[in-house]
Amino acid sequence: MQRLAALTFSLMSIALPAAADGLNDMVTDFKLDNGMEVVVIEDHRAPVVVHMVWYKSGAADEKPGVSGVAHFLEHLLFKGTDKMAPGELSRVVAENGGTDNAFTSHDYTAYFQRVAADRLELMMSMESDRMVNLNLDEKDILTEREVIIEERNQRIENNPQALYREQAMAAQYLNSRYGVPIIGWRHEMEQLSLEDALDYYKTYYAPNNAILVVAGDVTPDEVRTLAEKYYGVIPANPDLPDRIRPQEPVQSGERRILYRDPRIAQPYVSRSYLAPERDHGDQKQAAALTMLAEVLGGGQTSVLAEKLQFGTKQALYCSAWYAGTNLDDTTFGVYIVPAEGVGMQEAEDALDKALAEFIEEGVDAEQLDRIKMQLKASQIYARDDVGDIARIYGGALTQGLTVEDVQAWPDLLQEVTGEDIVAAARDVLDKRHAVTGWLMSEEMTQ
Amino acid sequence: MMMRFTLAFVVALAGSLPARADVNIQEVTTPGGITAWLVEDHTIPFTALELRFRGGASLDLPGKRGATYLMTGLLEEGAGDLDARAFAREMEGLAAGFNYNVYDDALTVSAKFLTENRDQAVDLLRSTLIDPTFAPDDIERVRAQVASILRSNLTDPDDIASAAFDTRTYGDHPYATQKEGTLDSLAGLTREDLVTAKANAMALDRIYVGVVGDISAEELGPMLDHLLGDLPATGAPMPERADPMFDGGTHVVPFDTPQSVALFGQKGISQDDPDFFAAYLLNVILGGGGFESRLMHEVREKRGLTYGVYSYLVGKDQADVWMGSVSSANDRIADAIKVIRDEWTRMAQDGATEEELAAAKKYLTGAYPLRFDGNGPIANIIVGMQMQGMPIDYAATRNDRINAVTLDDVNRVAKELLDPDALTFVVTGQPERLTETSN
Repeated sequence: MQRLAALTFSLMSIALPAAADGLNDMVTDFKLDNGMEVVVIEDHRAPVVVHMVWYKSGAADEKPGVSGVAHFLEHLLFKGTDKMAPGELSRVVAENGGTDNAFTSHDYTAYFQRVAADRLELMMSMESDRMVNLNLDEKDILTEREVIIEERNQRIENNPQALYREQAMAAQYLNSRYGVPIIGWRHEMEQLSLEDALDYYKTYYAPNNAILVVAGDVTPDEVRTLAEKYYGVIPANPDLPDRIRPQEPVQSGERRILYRDPRIAQPYVSRSYLAPERDHGDQKQAAALTMLAEVLGGGQTSVLAEKLQFGTKQALYCSAWYAGTNLDDTTFGVYIVPAEGVGMQEAEDALDKALAEFIEEGVDAEQLDRIKMQLKASQIYARDDVGDIARIYGGALTQGLTVEDVQAWPDLLQEVTGEDIVAAARDVLDKRHAVTGWLMSEEMTQ
Repeated sequence: MMMRFTLAFVVALAGSLPARADVNIQEVTTPGGITAWLVEDHTIPFTALELRFRGGASLDLPGKRGATYLMTGLLEEGAGDLDARAFAREMEGLAAGFNYNVYDDALTVSAKFLTENRDQAVDLLRSTLIDPTFAPDDIERVRAQVASILRSNLTDPDDIASAAFDTRTYGDHPYATQKEGTLDSLAGLTREDLVTAKANAMALDRIYVGVVGDISAEELGPMLDHLLGDLPATGAPMPERADPMFDGGTHVVPFDTPQSVALFGQKGISQDDPDFFAAYLLNVILGGGGFESRLMHEVREKRGLTYGVYSYLVGKDQADVWMGSVSSANDRIADAIKVIRDEWTRMAQDGATEEELAAAKKYLTGAYPLRFDGNGPIANIIVGMQMQGMPIDYAATRNDRINAVTLDDVNRVAKELLDPDALTFVVTGQPERLTETSN
């Protein structure tokens, strides 16, 4: 049941990493001479391949004043090169029975096609072409800028929860570009120019800033041969800047947002805390936080559901989330949707009380065992979706992790103890580095 | 993450098997007489199981709208001698996954379970299908959650547009109202109503079963008899045919939001119709083929009026409609609608070109084998094929049927079926320069 689906919280379920013998055996990685990393994930059950190129740059790598340019450029990459007419790449993919798309986050920009395995070479020839040969004119820019503004209308302006999230992230991050929305602030999007897009393109689109991920019915040898032919011949960009981005200072002031919008029919309280992310060779704290989110918010048997939905019945729904795979400081979040007749202050107090009680009571050993059992099983289920495994590697490798880090992750989760989880909760659940939001309609009172 | 576009269209056509994909569907009839389609694949030690009960939310009795939806939501809230939380603990401990959903025409159950504890997982799943508790506390808790969804739908532009479109199109048929019910009908539902809704919707005379993964035909038969054998033999009669009405007008539902959401529609075509594949190809060319469609090209690529515009054939059990959707800022939606109406007319009058048809065929026939990718997706496909009455070897002929469609077929269907005068728009927002019209 899509219960409460209308409240589109970004629920981060446990990122499904590759470990367990069967899963790791599917993965091979190597590097081309020009610095481009390659990950191959084999699955020979169906004659299908997913071909992805991930750039280690996203919205948080933009210069100030041109927010949204990383995502804008992503759209413009479909507008043609010296060899390909505008739209030709997508047309060729479709004529070959494939699908293609692209996506941008704060930390990466990625392009992919899903095609029959014998069309891999064709995909590489087109994707490598647009890595460095983009050919744009002013008209492309103007029409596509209208498109991204309509995209912003659709995703953000028409959605009060999304508007709140923009405000909350801007309050959460005092210095990091994570406080600026990926799609961009509207007033800056309206001014994005061809020069802005090309500047970003020339700075970041190069083989030594890219990761090739190929998953499906291929062998590593086949991929290596093709990758050397198409990507290996592109020279590295010697001027690629080091990836040094503004970091968060110590946060010492609790922030609160009252967000009113008549389109919010169901009020709720949302809180995010600044939290450490997974780092190369240093993922233990993130593993504990991942388990904390599951213990607090993972379904009907979670601590928050036990206490607030089944116990005091003050919550219609409540949960916790943690986005561990991030290049810089990330967030840990909790929220509560109050039951009928429960006010916002009462709901927030109930949430705080439940969190405080949890820290005193500690983790139920049986619950932890069940979560670990599910994590082990997820290593088996994960093998059914090779595209998902490809996304996990691509995301991790653009966010400061290595193949070894990805493969170590499941064991790190299994090693987390109840004490580790409580210690992580004590560290992170501190209002001085949190943003608490009340989302409600205009007429809503406390 | 921002995606370049999000596909919103409904894939109305189930696929079947490519000649070269190594997928072999077996029909299994259990000792108890239940028929299932099975694809054995022992690569990964788990099984994906898909159940479909035809009828779904449209079986709600008069005055009881929302009963099937609420009942479905309660299947996992306690069964046998387990209460809601004990049930959840059990499922987590087995690392099984059960999902229950209900749509206009079907109640669906999607399950996956490990080979190592399959018997226990099937026992647990069985208890939810045969012996759900519907305890008073759980009913109230889930009822409050559904009420929250309903309230949220009332201020969501997409939901407002969808509800208004259904009300206008489907008259007094169940399709005209929302499957969650109304706040009033939901409040009035009793435990007895839920028990009745279950008996009406979940019976052996309307079940379809697809299974893929680490299980043999010999193991599957007894497992299914155990899992399903105690369901009632018969359920409620299927609803009547609907008679969708399209007046060709443009109707506005005022709502204060920056971007207008428009749904549009006209009559569609049955999947049993000999012209179905011609219409399917025509739709791909018109608005169903992602970036390559005429609507996407004219409305987005050329004019930048929207992030996405789509058309899709909707084959409901009791109605066939041809629908589409678009969203544009309030001061631009009138332009988007004009372009869509013009394109609808142009296609009806002039038809498609040989090049467009060839490209659409290449796309559909090439994409076909790519669908059979993973136990979960294949289980979905083979259960869908059964519901649509396709033969088990449909695979062998499907691409041939696509390729057999001629440009004359497509353009004849375009003239006969596309009806610009009946194309009806329902718009939610504060659209400018858009006047309410009806023909």
